[in-house]
Amino acid sequence: MNWKFLFRIALADAKTQWGKLFLFISSIVLGIAALVAINSFNDNIVKDIDRQSASILGADIVVSGNKSLPANLSPALNAIPGQKASEYELLSMAYIPKNEGSQFVRIKALEGNFPFYGKLITQPETASKDFKANGTVLADKAFMRQFSLEPGDKIKLGDEDFIIEGRLMNNLGAGNLASGFAPIIYIPFDKLESTNLVQPGSMIDYAYYHQVPKEFDANLWKEENKQAFRQESMRINTIDDQRENLNEAFNSLNSFLNLVALVSLLLGCIGVASSVFIYVKNKISSIAIFRCLGMKSNEAFVIYFLQILVLGILGSVIGAVLGSAVQLFLPKVFGEFLPFQVVTELSWPSIIQGLSLGLIITVLFALIPLLEIRKISPLRTLRSNFSEEGTGTRDPLVWMCYLAIIVALSIFLYSLTGSILNAAIFIVGILLAFFVLYLVSQLIIRLVRKFFPRHWSFVLRQGLANLYRPNNQTQILLVSLGLGTTILSTLFIVQSLILENVNAMDAGAQPNMILFGIETNQMHDLKNKTKSFDMPIVEEVPIVTMRIEGWKGRTKKEWLADTTANVRRWAANRETRVTYRDTLDSSEKLIAGEFVGNIENPGDSIFISLDEGYAENLNIGLGDEMVFNVQGMLLTTYVSSFREIEFASMRTRFFVLFPRGVLENAPQFQVLVTKAPNEDVMTKYRTEVVKAFPNVSVVDLSSILTTLNDILKKISYAVQFMAGFSILTGLIVLLSSLILSKFQRVRESVLLRTLGASRSQILKINATEYLLIGVLAAFTGILISILASWLVVNFQLDFEYKIRWMPILLVFLFIVLMTLFIGLWTTRDVVNKSPLETLRKDIQ
Amino acid sequence: MINNNENNVDVLDLKALSKIYVSNERELTVLNDINFTIKKGETVAIVGPSGSGKTTLLGLCAGLDKASSGTVKLYGSNLGSLNEDERALLRNKNVGFIFQNFQLIPTLTALENVTIPLELQGASQVKEKALELLDRVGLMDRSSHYPNQLSGGEQQRVSLARAFSNEPKLLFADEPTGNLDGETGDKIEQLLFDLNKEKDTTLIIVTHDMELAGRTDRVIKLKSGKIVSDTLNK
Ligand SMILES: Nc1ncnc2c1ncn2[C@@H]1O[C@H](COP(=O)(O)OP(=O)(O)OP(=O)(O)O)[C@@H](O)[C@H]1O
Ligand SMILES: [Mg+2]
Repeated sequence: MNWKFLFRIALADAKTQWGKLFLFISSIVLGIAALVAINSFNDNIVKDIDRQSASILGADIVVSGNKSLPANLSPALNAIPGQKASEYELLSMAYIPKNEGSQFVRIKALEGNFPFYGKLITQPETASKDFKANGTVLADKAFMRQFSLEPGDKIKLGDEDFIIEGRLMNNLGAGNLASGFAPIIYIPFDKLESTNLVQPGSMIDYAYYHQVPKEFDANLWKEENKQAFRQESMRINTIDDQRENLNEAFNSLNSFLNLVALVSLLLGCIGVASSVFIYVKNKISSIAIFRCLGMKSNEAFVIYFLQILVLGILGSVIGAVLGSAVQLFLPKVFGEFLPFQVVTELSWPSIIQGLSLGLIITVLFALIPLLEIRKISPLRTLRSNFSEEGTGTRDPLVWMCYLAIIVALSIFLYSLTGSILNAAIFIVGILLAFFVLYLVSQLIIRLVRKFFPRHWSFVLRQGLANLYRPNNQTQILLVSLGLGTTILSTLFIVQSLILENVNAMDAGAQPNMILFGIETNQMHDLKNKTKSFDMPIVEEVPIVTMRIEGWKGRTKKEWLADTTANVRRWAANRETRVTYRDTLDSSEKLIAGEFVGNIENPGDSIFISLDEGYAENLNIGLGDEMVFNVQGMLLTTYVSSFREIEFASMRTRFFVLFPRGVLENAPQFQVLVTKAPNEDVMTKYRTEVVKAFPNVSVVDLSSILTTLNDILKKISYAVQFMAGFSILTGLIVLLSSLILSKFQRVRESVLLRTLGASRSQILKINATEYLLIGVLAAFTGILISILASWLVVNFQLDFEYKIRWMPILLVFLFIVLMTLFIGLWTTRDVVNKSPLETLRKDIQ
Repeated sequence: MINNNENNVDVLDLKALSKIYVSNERELTVLNDINFTIKKGETVAIVGPSGSGKTTLLGLCAGLDKASSGTVKLYGSNLGSLNEDERALLRNKNVGFIFQNFQLIPTLTALENVTIPLELQGASQVKEKALELLDRVGLMDRSSHYPNQLSGGEQQRVSLARAFSNEPKLLFADEPTGNLDGETGDKIEQLLFDLNKEKDTTLIIVTHDMELAGRTDRVIKLKSGKIVSDTLNK
């Protein structure tokens, strides 16, 4: 083969049509740019949210327990590279000289630079640093409000008097979220001793915080050391564990970002494929002429393959640069509107992915029409202005191309989602969508042909007939537009459902006060008092404390002695707070078995419901027997169901739930959950409640809620931003593919023009065709997207699916109008330019 | 053959017409100071060597392109002062065009191609008229074929039928018999001249065929964009 000659021809052929080439390339560029930009954003947002969730824990690894680190464990702990800090936490009475008050508080003595992520937010801001140097303390803001304390006031802890440096506004560290309700006081570590609070036998919790370098796998370390630490009753927490606490919100975000990545992939494909496909199609007649002049089919193949390869490489590189640029500069433009800093770093994985996808898809999609050309005789190709159905489709090489496309897509999907199952589901989903759209296009072609309205006006008939004429674009447009609509509308629907769901978790709407230790006979008065403040009774629950005696026929001791049984000590040993109800509440979900709400007769078997994770920790299955000790009385029960409890909701969590009819007469106290509209009301309410019911303790959740709210807000903005950005880029990509396809209709319109068609006639013909295609593609695409979003929501996100018509309507209108607009816009040239010029130009 | 010139309406009136193409910053004068008038019912042949500007001239006359300078008056209307829509309407009403390279719409069948001008006019019994025309050019049985399924000569005949379909008062034919064998060519010629006789259609034919040129009333010879002779056939 004379490569030099072939190169020269390829270049010469390209030279004659820079304008068109530019248009073709621009579609590749946009597709790849969309992919790179969306994925880079995605990457960076994940990083940002990661950092955010790290700031709840404040460190990568936290080891905690109620004794100081046993000597045999310190080698393992010391092996962790990076920064360290430690914290002693003890419950103690704080005495407030100013108003002679006192309150149980959690004293935290900090040594080292904790937190490594996020920061202690204080008022004044400098207090978070100054308290260590000044030997002063930080006190929880709710606590300070309760006792009307100001920075500078005094507080006595143990034997030592302290000055309050500032208010502590947030809540970080080991196990803070929704646990341990006593207010926190931070003291410098070196002051701990002089309080004389650390005595033999005093209850102290120890926490060891570690920040590790990026390359260190905290979870792996945990896996390796879990067993040894558990033996010593020490717990290990990593950021991932912490994140599970905001499971639902993070799951939504993760699934959504996965979906977004997938969308970007498809957009990239649509951009590249449509452009390459149409490019090659337009080249068929030139190829035929080369063949007629004696060029071998392989040589012709090489010429155009070279051209497309260069086109693909060029387009992908420009696309990757453009995408990265958008990703780097867009946040600078929108920065002010975002409630958080979007990290702008070049994302090399996204860039590499964009480049490789651009190249692979270009080659594969170019091969399909090019391979078909090899089979067609030169004369035939020269004659036909359009390829006839069926030619070459039996070529095994073509089928291999299709297969290769599917394989390549699967690999990309796998690399995006990290799960073979997900990749497989997505691929099957896409293929199905593809197939359905193809079927619809065939159906339309048949139906229009069969029921052709012969009595309509000429322009309408002409527009309709364009749908089924040879070389029609019904199939390609319906499939690409329909697929585009499907992914955009799926994205839109899922986005709005996620937002609804995340907003429902809105910390602002959550209850912010919990009242503990209420005697049953106080409940009536307390409820009246609460109502007099116009505050809702969000939850009122009775609590019975009991201990676990044993389960599945063995005592607790026997279980714990059995090292093979894998029973968690904390779960077995804890004093269990149990409530009884006849229904599940809104934050609970039944995931296995059957919930039994009532026990009719005193002698009947008692069926209880367990938190799923708790049951797992105790190695208990459905139907297993469990024995509780309620104030000396043994109760035998059977586990009939497992529940999942939504963590982010500020409700009291019950690992064990009894039915009605068992515990009504057991010794118990009540818990009341309510929501104060603002801090003033909160303070007033608390003061009155504590005065009237001295035994009741009031817990203020607002600092926990602040942290939670912050994260939820970020998640919801991340979702909104990514959705908006992806939808926008998607529309641009679709637009460019549409413009490409429209090229083909221009020549026909010009001929009509020379035969005397008026501007409005030509516009109407085009409008009819494009309106129909737009409506059909949008309609079918939306139907598929409803199914797709239902699948995503049910199997990935796990919350209730509701159809939202507004986003659907918006997508529909947008797609239809856009199609129509493009159809009409491309006839602009026809109407304005002189026909002879266009006709001469297009003679091929 | 001499036409009776009692009806003195100017169908076409060209004054100082020039066409200059600019490409690669070089000016190419394709038509230079063309002047002539054509009366109703006249048959005119435009002859000249390849590249002399015949197709360009025809295009200008039919309002398919814009002149660089000078005026073209078609039925009294100055084409230069009309917009594209008005020119399209004028074409549809009065003008038929047979292209050198046929210019059939590839995605329409032969029949559909022929019906277009009628459809654009909003005529009735479109299909019947189109079929009759196809019959006259001998392609009745090929009416449902697409252009790429027809031979060059057949395509040319379809384009002829299309040009006739709106019964134009003025017909431009760019080498209408160029691709045809003698016998079919003669038939087509006969069709053209019959139309002229029956409907008093003005014919302007570009041709290399001197025999065909001999049958017209008048022969205009072009060379390098200029009229070198304008003679009446006696
Ligand atoms: N867009 C254009 N740009 C530059 N030159 C052009 C353009 N269109 C036509 N020409 C030139 O104008 C000249 C006249 O072209 P035209 O098609 O009118 O010739 P013609 O007399 O019809 O020739 P033929 O008998 O071969 O059909 C030619 O030299 C052609 O190359
Ligand atoms: Mg010519």
